[in-house]
Amino acid sequence: MRQPLSPQSGANKSRRVELHIPAEPEWVGVARLTAAGIASRLDFSIEDLEDLKLAVAEACNCCIQNGGDGDLSMACELQSDHIAIAVERRGALAKPGARQPASGDDAELGGLGVFLIRALMDDVVYSSDQTGTRLTLIKRLGK
Amino acid sequence: MDIKVDVRQTDGASGVSVVDLNGEIDVYTSPKVKETITDLIDKGHYSLVINLENVRYIDSTGLGVLIGGLKRVREHSGTVHLVCTNPQIKKIFDITGLAKIFGIFDSEQAACASL
Repeated sequence: MRQPLSPQSGANKSRRVELHIPAEPEWVGVARLTAAGIASRLDFSIEDLEDLKLAVAEACNCCIQNGGDGDLSMACELQSDHIAIAVERRGALAKPGARQPASGDDAELGGLGVFLIRALMDDVVYSSDQTGTRLTLIKRLGK
Repeated sequence: MDIKVDVRQTDGASGVSVVDLNGEIDVYTSPKVKETITDLIDKGHYSLVINLENVRYIDSTGLGVLIGGLKRVREHSGTVHLVCTNPQIKKIFDITGLAKIFGIFDSEQAACASL
């Protein structure tokens, strides 16, 4: 096992890892575990890593639910004091009516997922339009 | 990454159904949990204890399934109690406000006793 990167090591270096997976529910677990593995290179607590796993999974869920015609891509960038994770699915959003929620409960899920992301991450940028859905999550060390 | 779902009835006349979940409840596995809970409610079981003791992870789709189950049993004056001691999972219930909606207990015995 390699030692975690300390905030001081390679202070100005960024380390970027990209993952491309099918936009299907069974692949979301791969994204969240990959993100946690990469984040563990910094000195995050176990609780922070668990938060990150959940936030990444919710971001993937959001991209899948919004529809589109592309794969899911996740880009993790390690900086000395934070990790930035961009989750994206390109392609047109599902047309209104094309993926109607089965019930009122399901209709609330997207909102609950985004709420969780915002509660667990330090910064979140979310955009969704006809070109795709993108979420960038930032988690800082020691917050 | 999978979920194991078992259902059993408690002893006695109280008619409590206990759903034991073991694994991870996410967008992939939550349909299996939903199917089990829906099936129980369709069969007239309105007092449910859902045991999350062996659940390592839950996301919003899993929370949605639990909320959906609670809404349905409440239509029949029933309720859903949860057994959970995992601090990370309890935290998710706290920050979403769901800890105030569900009864969350440290043991199955306590959850069943309060139904």
